[in-house]
Amino acid sequence: MHILKLIFKNSFRHKLRTFLTILGVTVAILAFGLLRTVVSAWYAGVEASSATRLVTRNAVSLVFPLPLSYKEKIRQIEGVKGVSYGTWFGGIYIDEKNFFANYSMEPRTYLAMYPEIIIPDDQWNVFLRDRKGAAAGKKLAERFGWKIGDVITLKGTIFPGNWDFVLDAIYKGRDDTVDETAFFFHWDYLNETLKKAGRSWTDKVGWFLIEIEDPDIAAEVSLRIDKNFKNSLAETLTETEKAFQLSFISMTEAIVIAIRLVSFVIIFIIMAVVANTMAMTARERIGEYAIFKTLGFRSFHIAGLILGESLFVTMLGAVLGILLTFPAAALFGKELSQYFPIFNVERETIVLDIIAALVVAFVAALFPAWRAIHIRIADGLRRVG
Amino acid sequence: MNKKPIIVEIRNLCKTYQRGSQLIPVLQDIDLDIDEGEFLALMGPSGSGKTTLLNLVAGIDKADYGSIRIGGVEITALAETELAAWRANNVGFIFQFYNLIPVLTAFENVELPLLLTGLSKGERRTHVETALRVVNLADRMDHYPGELSGGQQQRVAIARAVVTDPTILVADEPTGDLDRDSANDVLELMERLVHELGKTIIMVTHDPRAAHKAHQIKHLDKGVLNAHPQADF
Repeated sequence: MHILKLIFKNSFRHKLRTFLTILGVTVAILAFGLLRTVVSAWYAGVEASSATRLVTRNAVSLVFPLPLSYKEKIRQIEGVKGVSYGTWFGGIYIDEKNFFANYSMEPRTYLAMYPEIIIPDDQWNVFLRDRKGAAAGKKLAERFGWKIGDVITLKGTIFPGNWDFVLDAIYKGRDDTVDETAFFFHWDYLNETLKKAGRSWTDKVGWFLIEIEDPDIAAEVSLRIDKNFKNSLAETLTETEKAFQLSFISMTEAIVIAIRLVSFVIIFIIMAVVANTMAMTARERIGEYAIFKTLGFRSFHIAGLILGESLFVTMLGAVLGILLTFPAAALFGKELSQYFPIFNVERETIVLDIIAALVVAFVAALFPAWRAIHIRIADGLRRVG
Repeated sequence: MNKKPIIVEIRNLCKTYQRGSQLIPVLQDIDLDIDEGEFLALMGPSGSGKTTLLNLVAGIDKADYGSIRIGGVEITALAETELAAWRANNVGFIFQFYNLIPVLTAFENVELPLLLTGLSKGERRTHVETALRVVNLADRMDHYPGELSGGQQQRVAIARAVVTDPTILVADEPTGDLDRDSANDVLELMERLVHELGKTIIMVTHDPRAAHKAHQIKHLDKGVLNAHPQADF
């Protein structure tokens, strides 16, 4: 007979209560895990950013363009390894609810800076030759059932009109942190069309993407670029890709904070539930703990029994919750792919789940254990019978 | 005939409980010697301090004043952790309501005190089986307390009490929850423990029949101890 066996047997003395507590912990850990995954998904773009990539945009706002002519000037700046450019297109596919990121760019230089985007060679060659060609992420193509060669029409919002593209390539991410829901096409196609229509964005870009030689010189290079265009008609603001992504997230920071708070509230609630269960359990067994003490068992044995039971029940619920988080996250990710292109349960989330469960188990056992340890044996024995 | 050594030596023992602002004296200046191998019955009306005296001797309560020496150890001077270790090695407990752990089998209940010793699993098994044989329950070792009668449960409790071969056995109303036949079985068993194994037993009881099995009966009244010699031992 071992103490572990006793902990196990004790845990199932009130089967319904134990089952409901485990269920509560499972649901709480599942909810906690999903909310933490939402937060991770929110920052997925930031996490995927490279330290060697800078983004230069109009200092006033991203909605104002920069002249394409800046490209060569930027290239000549010390520390710059490569320059590319892109323009947000913001087209709608059939209906507004079908939102996905779509933009134009110069594919050779742009994708050279994104080794994490993988396009099969044959598709890549076709895409490069085809002015009206476009590339879409695997998840996006699957979402709409697109196949190579399909003509995809986007309704322009910033650049009015119906724009037809031929899907020449479907890219995959090098790993699951890469967004596979984007759509991009040739900047030249956008520019030439705008030129024909005599529109104001001709020979202008939304941003420059810059590759630098060393991440340590990011701040210096950024300053050099912005200094170069100081007092020009279109002053620039250069920042790391991470800061650029963060600037979008900062607009929705309050939502992220709210989600984080709710996730911790859930843990607090389940802590109260488990603490209630353990308090009831310990109160019912005060007499038994007195018997253990009478027989010579020490305070740490009694605390071990209570903490062990709390740990067992909580961790059982937590393991179930963690196991359920993966299929639930996959389902969520599929349903919400237009909002969260990357919706993966991160290792950090699982670690947080485990830490939360351990904290819940420990805190829930604290008061009952303290009470059981400090009760006088004679008083405890009076509760028996 | 040689006089047996004194195993329990109590001097000037006092205990007071506080109820609100009122101090209630429970035991007053108790002096008591118990010889090794003696079977002592403590009787007295409710609230006379019998169980308190038993608890103090067993080291599960603290005296306000006085000395308790058991087997040469002054237990009033022991710290809580030392007292727990001393109890584990020197005291066997028999309670009115058996106080078995319901989720453990008879075997596992008897094994409990041995978990605190350094015995191997095999040695523990031997000890437990021996103890259960002494109480005639070797064939019920895999039964849970709920599957045993009251008398059988009390015999399991006795096996648990003797399994560590303690210096003294303390029994608080051991027959108080049993029918006449079961009570007789338990009392006979306790007599056997004294006569055959030389155990020292201190028993609190309200039952004169149980008390008459003892070598000596002591009466407590309002915390004061009076001798009540047992005839013909």
